[in-house]
Amino acid sequence: MRIDESSPGLRTIVTPEGVALPFELATLGTRAMAFLVDAAIVYLVVVLIFLALVFGAIGTAGLGGDGFAFVGVGLVGAFLLRTFYWSFFEIRWGGATPGKRLFKVCVISRDGGPVTSEAIFARNLTRELEVFLPLTMLSHPEAAGGGLPPWAAAIAGLWVLGLGLLPFLGRDRLRAGDLLGGTLVVQMPVAVLEPDLAAARAPGRGSAGQAYPFTSAQLDLYGIKELHVLEELLRKNEADRDRRLVAEVAKRIRKKIGWPRTERVDDWRFLNDFYKAQRGRLEGKLLMGKRQEQKRS
Amino acid sequence: MAVVKDSQDRTALKSSQFRRERQGSWHELEHLLAQTKRRGLRSLSPEELARLPMLYHNAISSLSVARAISLDRALEEYLTSLVARAYVVVYACKRRPSEAVVDFFVRSLPRNVRRHWPFVAAAATSLLVGTAAGFVMTRIDPERFYAFVPVEMAAGRDPTATYEQLRASLYGGEHDLGELNAFAAMLFQNNTTVALLSIAVGFAGGLPSLALMFYNGLILGAMLAVFAAHGLGSDFLAWVLPHGVTELGAIVLCGAGGLAFGFATLFPGERTRIRNLSERGRAFGQVALGGVLMLFLSALLEGFFRQLVTSQSTRWLVAATMATLVTAYFCFVGREGGFVGREGRRADR
Repeated sequence: MRIDESSPGLRTIVTPEGVALPFELATLGTRAMAFLVDAAIVYLVVVLIFLALVFGAIGTAGLGGDGFAFVGVGLVGAFLLRTFYWSFFEIRWGGATPGKRLFKVCVISRDGGPVTSEAIFARNLTRELEVFLPLTMLSHPEAAGGGLPPWAAAIAGLWVLGLGLLPFLGRDRLRAGDLLGGTLVVQMPVAVLEPDLAAARAPGRGSAGQAYPFTSAQLDLYGIKELHVLEELLRKNEADRDRRLVAEVAKRIRKKIGWPRTERVDDWRFLNDFYKAQRGRLEGKLLMGKRQEQKRS
Repeated sequence: MAVVKDSQDRTALKSSQFRRERQGSWHELEHLLAQTKRRGLRSLSPEELARLPMLYHNAISSLSVARAISLDRALEEYLTSLVARAYVVVYACKRRPSEAVVDFFVRSLPRNVRRHWPFVAAAATSLLVGTAAGFVMTRIDPERFYAFVPVEMAAGRDPTATYEQLRASLYGGEHDLGELNAFAAMLFQNNTTVALLSIAVGFAGGLPSLALMFYNGLILGAMLAVFAAHGLGSDFLAWVLPHGVTELGAIVLCGAGGLAFGFATLFPGERTRIRNLSERGRAFGQVALGGVLMLFLSALLEGFFRQLVTSQSTRWLVAATMATLVTAYFCFVGREGGFVGREGRRADR
C-alpha cells in the first residue's frame, strides 16, 4: 500500500490507541461485484428452498388451497435470508461476507472504534430500502406505490431511486446503510515486508562494509525526499536493472556531491552505498531532532 | 558518520537494528492474521488469542518508533499496513451471530422503541386520526370512499356492495377462498411497501412519513365505514384486528423510524448531520427493523389464523392476546434493572 495523503480514495481512521491509519476506500465497482456475488448466493438458496417446498407440497398433499400461507412463508423466508445473510457473515467473518471476502474488502467503523452488531444490523436493514425497494418500483411501479395517489407515488419513487444513488454522490462513497450504521467499506490492507536496503548482509548486495566512503559534507546535500526517491529506484531495479537509468542517477549524484575519484565505479554498488550512508546520516540527524526534508540548493 | 558501534555488525544503522530485533513479532502477528483470515478467529488457540492484542500493541509501538527514527519508507508502509490489518481483526464485531440476534430481541429492540416513544406516539396518533377521519367522512358521504380506497384494493367491497357480499368477504365460503387469498397477498405486499416507504421518505423532515400514516388510516376508516353502514362494524374489526394489531403496529413503528430519521436530519444539534445520523441512526434503524419483523409476524398470523378461525369471539380473543403481547413486549422486556437488563449489562462490557 502506497501512503499518499493526496489520493482521493484514502481515508484516515484514528484507532482507539491514537494511531492514524490510512485505509483505501473500496471502489463502487468492487462493492457492486461483491453485492452481486452475495445476491446470487442468496437467491440460489431461495430458489432451492422454494423448489423443495413446491415438490414437498405436491408430493404430500398438494397446496391445500392455502396459497397465502405459502406465499407468506416464502416472503418471510426470503426477507430473513436477505437481511440476516449479510448481517450473519459481517458479524461472523469480521466485517466481510463471502462476496466481500472474494473481492478483499471489509466493513470498518468510521469513528475508529469497534464495529458493533447494531451497526451491522442497521447497515444491512437499509439495504432493503436501497436495493430491493427501488427494484420493486422499477419492475412493478403499480404495486410499489402503496396505494398512494400517482403524484405522491412518483415523488416517493424518485426519492427512493435517489437513495439508491447516494454512494455516487458523497466523497466517502457511503450508501444510506453506511450513513446509518456509521461504517465504511475499505480495501483489506495487504502487508508485505520488503528487505532492508541498509542491512549490511542483505542477499545480493555484496559483502559487508562499504566500498565507497562519503564525507558528512557530501551527505548533507540531500534530504529525506531524495532518499525516498532513491529507495524506490533501488527497489524497483532490484531484480531487473535498468542500466542506463542507474548510470544516469549515479552520475548525477557524483556530480552534485563533487565525487573526487576518477577511477571507474560500479554504479549499482555506488548507489546502494550512497543510500545506506545517506540514510544513516539523516536518521542520525532525526535522533537529534533535525528533520531535513529537502535537498540544499 | 552516523555509524553504530555494534559488536556483530560495525556498520548497522539504528533503524536496521530495530527492525532486526522486532521483526520476529511482526511475522508472528502476520501469521496469526493469515490464519484468522483463512479459518476465522475461533480457529486460534486460547494462547494465540491472548497474544493477538499484545502483538497488535507491539506493532503499534513499532510503527511509532519507525515513524520517529526510520527513513526506510518500505518499512513504514509495511508496519502501517500490518497495524491496519490487525486493527480490522482486533476491532471487528466479536460476538457470535446468535448472541447478537438474541441480544437484539431481548434488549436493544424494545429499549430503542421505548426511547423513541414520542415518535411512536406521533405516528400512532396520525394513523388513528386518519382512521377516524376516513370513517366519519365516508359515513357522511359514501361517495368519498372512492377517493380514499384504490379500486383494486377494495375488491368489490365498496358502498354498493350488499350485506351478503360484505358478510361473505369476512367469513368466507368454500368458493371464494382463493379470491380472498389473492387479496390478502396483495394487501400484504401493499403494507410492506407502505412500511418500507415510510422509513425511506423520512429524510424530508419526517412529514411524508406522517402523511403516509394518515393516508393509510383513511383507507382503514373508509373500509370500516362501509361495513358499519350494514351493521357489520364489529365483524369487520374482528376480521382485521387479529393480524391488524401487529400489522398496524408494524406500520406505526416504521413510521416512527422514518419520523426519527427526519427529526435527526432537521435538528442535528451540535453535531454535523452525517455524524448525528450515524450516531442515532443505529437506534432508529432498529425501531424500523422491529416494524418490518412485526410485519412478517402479522403475515404469518394472517396466513394461518384468519382462514382457520371464523368465530367472532375467537377472533377477538386472538386480537386481544396479540395486543397484550405486543404491548408487554415493547413496554417491559429488557428494562434497565430488570432481570434481563442486569444480565445484559454484564454482556455489554
